[in-house]
Amino acid sequence: MGTRQYGRSTSHSEPGPGDAGRTGSWRVVRPVMDPSICIPAKRGTPACFICWLYCPDGVISRTVPPAIDYEYCKGCGICAEECPTKAITMVEEACFIQDKE
Amino acid sequence: MHIIESGNVAAALGVKLSRAQVIAAYPITPQTPLTEKLSEFIESGEMEAQYVPVESEHSAMAVCIASSSAGARAFTATSANGLLYMHEQIQWAAGARLPIVMCVVNRGVGAPWTIWNDHQDSISQRDTGWIQYYVNDHQQIIDGVIKAFMLAEEVMIPVMLCYDGYLLSHTYMPFEVPEASAVDAFLPPYKPAYALDPENPANLNTVTMPDVRLDAKGRLAHGYMEIRYLLQEDLIRTIDVMARIDESFRKHFGRGGSPYYETYQCEDAEFIAVSLGSLSYHLRDVVDMLRADGFKVGVMSVHLYRPFPAEAIADALAGSTGIVVFEKALSYGYQGALCSDIKSALYHKGVDGSRMPFVHNYILGLGGREIRTTDLCEAFRKSCTEGAAPTDELRWLGLKI
Amino acid sequence: MKKDAIDIRWHGRGGQGAITAAKIVAKAMFQSGYEGVVMVPTFGTERRGAPVFTSLKISTEKIYDLSPIDKPDIIVVLDHVLLEEANIVDGLKEGGTIVINSPCSIDDYRFEGRKVAICDVTTLAQQAGLREGIVNSGIIGSFAKATGIIDMDLLVTAIREEFSRRRPEENAKAALLAYENTVIGG
Repeated sequence: MGTRQYGRSTSHSEPGPGDAGRTGSWRVVRPVMDPSICIPAKRGTPACFICWLYCPDGVISRTVPPAIDYEYCKGCGICAEECPTKAITMVEEACFIQDKE
Repeated sequence: MHIIESGNVAAALGVKLSRAQVIAAYPITPQTPLTEKLSEFIESGEMEAQYVPVESEHSAMAVCIASSSAGARAFTATSANGLLYMHEQIQWAAGARLPIVMCVVNRGVGAPWTIWNDHQDSISQRDTGWIQYYVNDHQQIIDGVIKAFMLAEEVMIPVMLCYDGYLLSHTYMPFEVPEASAVDAFLPPYKPAYALDPENPANLNTVTMPDVRLDAKGRLAHGYMEIRYLLQEDLIRTIDVMARIDESFRKHFGRGGSPYYETYQCEDAEFIAVSLGSLSYHLRDVVDMLRADGFKVGVMSVHLYRPFPAEAIADALAGSTGIVVFEKALSYGYQGALCSDIKSALYHKGVDGSRMPFVHNYILGLGGREIRTTDLCEAFRKSCTEGAAPTDELRWLGLKI
Repeated sequence: MKKDAIDIRWHGRGGQGAITAAKIVAKAMFQSGYEGVVMVPTFGTERRGAPVFTSLKISTEKIYDLSPIDKPDIIVVLDHVLLEEANIVDGLKEGGTIVINSPCSIDDYRFEGRKVAICDVTTLAQQAGLREGIVNSGIIGSFAKATGIIDMDLLVTAIREEFSRRRPEENAKAALLAYENTVIGG
């Protein structure tokens, strides 16, 4: 099965999760959100959303509270860096494996 | 209506009649009067288009790429070093499959600096994936521009329409200007399958992996190699499409019938001269002179150079005794590019052991060196009487070293 | 060269309008039925004041050779001073014609075996109401008179068209005055 049916003759990609596969597996550190500090989570109203705005992979939802899609989050840490209340911390992936075990 | 004007004006009128929507160009001799004319058309309101003055040829092609991606009919023109400065964007336009039309007003390339005619500029861009079409007079320039837009948009491959600097760009001769309504009936507005759309954003031609991949929607998308294969596949398909468009043009305007090449006195010719551009018309006078002396000679003018209609050209040449390729450019370190291509096209004709015509290659007219009818005549006569040569050595005409 | 071709070489200075003059004649010749009309200017470096020439080839058949004329049937000189500076008459055929814009007398010129036509186009053009130094419309009248190869009415129409936004009547008048005042000898 080849690409003959693809329908385009150029390189063309549209925004959406998964254009480069399940990139969540690339993650070494995981953003973890503290709802007691996160502005929209704390107030229960749509506000701030700086993390949603800055996420280069579009894996943070514009919801109350914001949710992170770990299936595709590469763990770049931009959200943690930008969060004005420091509600997001980057935690070693290894910790979660130990948790499972 | 017939008018007497320069070749550059013929090209500008063709662009106007084709209703190009974006013109981005940087002036360079001998192309300058063409883009000046277009800016006049737009300034006076005769032509509805955006003229984008740019600071270089690289930017001119970049603007064409951007506007064509946005769905506009885009045109540019250049010569010589300007064309070379575009080189990186030229490749991009082909890979991005954008139907841009560009007039290349052929001029020699520096160093040393020259403003006069030869074909080294466009020949050096032969392998970029563009369609290259060479024309011989003003009528073919204006008709060629209109057909070029049609062709480019049908196969989604950009077209270089090449015509000789000065010899055609700055000479005046009569040609017929088609009626605007007739051109509209022949060439519909450009309707791209995809154009930039803020509601449906996309990344075009970003880093593309060596292998195929699943895209965001789970469809198997091309890797780099599939995209390049499709360019080649569509270029080969272009050969048939060109014939169809030429036929359609003939039905609309009564001119055409030689989409790949034009021949003169070739029916019974034992020796055939082959050339690109106005030189091939000059050679018609030489053919008349040699015919008067009893030589069975003819001349073939190659129009469609890329994609190369190898089969059609080989069929037309295979029966002759000798082929003499006159070229105003060469692949430095080997021979004339057209000569190599013709020999390559003839190769399969000889596989079954049948007799192959000999091929001589003359290099002439570089940097505007005068091409004298008497010199052409003597060279062609010499090839006819001499026959096959023991070596593949280049012959230089008009060289004073 | 075609058997029936007429080769006309125009000599002037950059900016003097030799190309426009040749273009007007080209248009009129085409309208009068000559299918092959090609005008080949000097290629490349035209500078105001520098000697330039342009080749006009006329034939009943399409012209394929775009190289400059080296053996003209007719030579037209827009400024007689050029005769002192460059070898303008080079290659002029035996029995050919040379048309010169000159205030001098016809007796001042002698070209063995060639016809000479003289007219003071510079003065006549000013009489017609043109700015000093505009000679390209006027010289066409002298050309018509000296050669007789083209109808003056066609030329005057072509002049009015070419100069439609630049004093068409004065330019037409300059050509007519030059036509009437051209002296032929040689």
